[in-house]
Amino acid sequence: MKTLEPILAKHPFFAGLQPHYLELVTGCASNMHFKAGETIFQEGDEAKQFFIIREGTLRLQVFAPGQGEISIQTLESGDVVGWSWLFPPHRWHFTGRATSALRVIALDGQCLYTKCEQDHGLGYEFLKRFSHIMMDRLQATRLQLLDLYKVN
Amino acid sequence: MLLSAEPAVTTTFSSDPMIPRPYEIQRAKWDSSDTFSLELTPVGGGDIPAFEPGQFNMVYVYGVGEIPISISGDPARRDMLIHTTRAVGTVTRAMSELKVGMMLGVRGPYGAPWPVDEARGKDIVIVAGGIGLAPLRPAMYRILAYREHYGRVVLLYGARTPADVLYRKQLEQWRAHFDLDVFVTVDRATNNWRGSIGLVTQLIVRAPFDPLNTMAMVCGPEVMMRFTTLEMEKRGVNSDNIYVSLERNMKCGIGLCGHCQFGREFVCKDGPVFRYSQVRHFLTKWEV
Ligand SMILES: Cc1cc2nc3c(=O)[nH]c(=O)nc-3n(C[C@H](O)[C@H](O)[C@H](O)COP(=O)(O)OP(=O)(O)OC[C@H]3O[C@@H](n4cnc5c(N)ncnc54)[C@H](O)[C@@H]3O)c2cc1C
Ligand code: FES
Repeated sequence: MKTLEPILAKHPFFAGLQPHYLELVTGCASNMHFKAGETIFQEGDEAKQFFIIREGTLRLQVFAPGQGEISIQTLESGDVVGWSWLFPPHRWHFTGRATSALRVIALDGQCLYTKCEQDHGLGYEFLKRFSHIMMDRLQATRLQLLDLYKVN
Repeated sequence: MLLSAEPAVTTTFSSDPMIPRPYEIQRAKWDSSDTFSLELTPVGGGDIPAFEPGQFNMVYVYGVGEIPISISGDPARRDMLIHTTRAVGTVTRAMSELKVGMMLGVRGPYGAPWPVDEARGKDIVIVAGGIGLAPLRPAMYRILAYREHYGRVVLLYGARTPADVLYRKQLEQWRAHFDLDVFVTVDRATNNWRGSIGLVTQLIVRAPFDPLNTMAMVCGPEVMMRFTTLEMEKRGVNSDNIYVSLERNMKCGIGLCGHCQFGREFVCKDGPVFRYSQVRHFLTKWEV
């Protein structure tokens, strides 16, 4: 039977993950497709998954009264989106919308959580990877806040 | 012919490097709400002086003041001098109010250029932020004129909002080149913008180039350049192969007054384009 394991193995997020862990992760993975314009997750909804982008782009958006939807970041092939499943209250902070045909692998948070609790080695691998992404996003957000191109 | 103020303009070209040569504005165009391009020709005719990509002129708005502005036109064209300027203060605002037919004084070209010739045989990554695309445009023209001498050519450009994106038409033309990778991103946008949203530094991680055989040229606000170089180094580009263009206040523009001193270097004479490994120490130090 063909599994998603070889696809996950090639994704930068899983680079260097031991094969037996990859096998465990694959058990929580499913393939998904979205059309351009489709909502992948909605701000405020329960966050049960995170997504590995294989192909296409999506935008993170927030809704501001009077201004409508404001887009704050584009994510694309190679990116990972979503860590709200890791922390209570497990709700999406942003809306994710496909801006082109999008192919992702969805990873079930509850399934992974259980496996990480059973094997802390796997949990550590995940935390390392997510902290890295969080640090990158935090730095990018700080720079965005600096509004680098404004006139002093 | 209209004059901008009441300049003591002479139409003879002086050999004194401190005396500006008068130029007439042939065309004035707003590229965004605060940035404009002026096309200039020497009063009395003739070619503009030959220049290298990355060099700048000292531009004198008669009666107001003189400032350094990079040349943003095609180095292969000697019939027209182009400067793209962002109106930020006294001189640049006065410059933005000049009309076709008015005059400006120009001295130059000055400064060390982008290493476009040294970069032959390598992949080229040009990273520009905001008005930083202006000093890099001549490098793009030169590289495209000798495209076969280079490996992959990648342009990464970040602006504040879609309305601030400079040279839109040109970017679209470049994007259509099959042998050029052009990525544009903005820091914030509404839903009408189809392109990417995020910092220009975030484009580096997936840009298609070979880090071990790449020459990078970076121009933008200093903080943006620092973070860009960090990302470049993370990808494996050696800091000797990363070049940045620095801005410091200038007076003479030719290494005489010391106004633009930066550590041991004079930005006007030794720069404005520097190898990153040469200036990184100063860039990460405050108040130099
Ligand atoms: C080598 C070199 C090349 C340059 N090339 C260009 C170019 O191609 N196009 C261009 O638009 N500028 C360029 N500059 C910057 C330009 O010289 C300055 O913007 C200009 O000197 C400002 O003069 P001003 O009298 O209008 O502003 P000032 O009255 O001196 O300053 C007014 C305010 O604007 C702020 N300010 C000044 N400069 C900048 C800036 N660059 N960015 C943001 N805020 C600023 C100051 O902090 C101050 O608060 C270059 C500078 C150097 C050193
Ligand atoms: S501006 Fe006078 S030395 Fe550089």
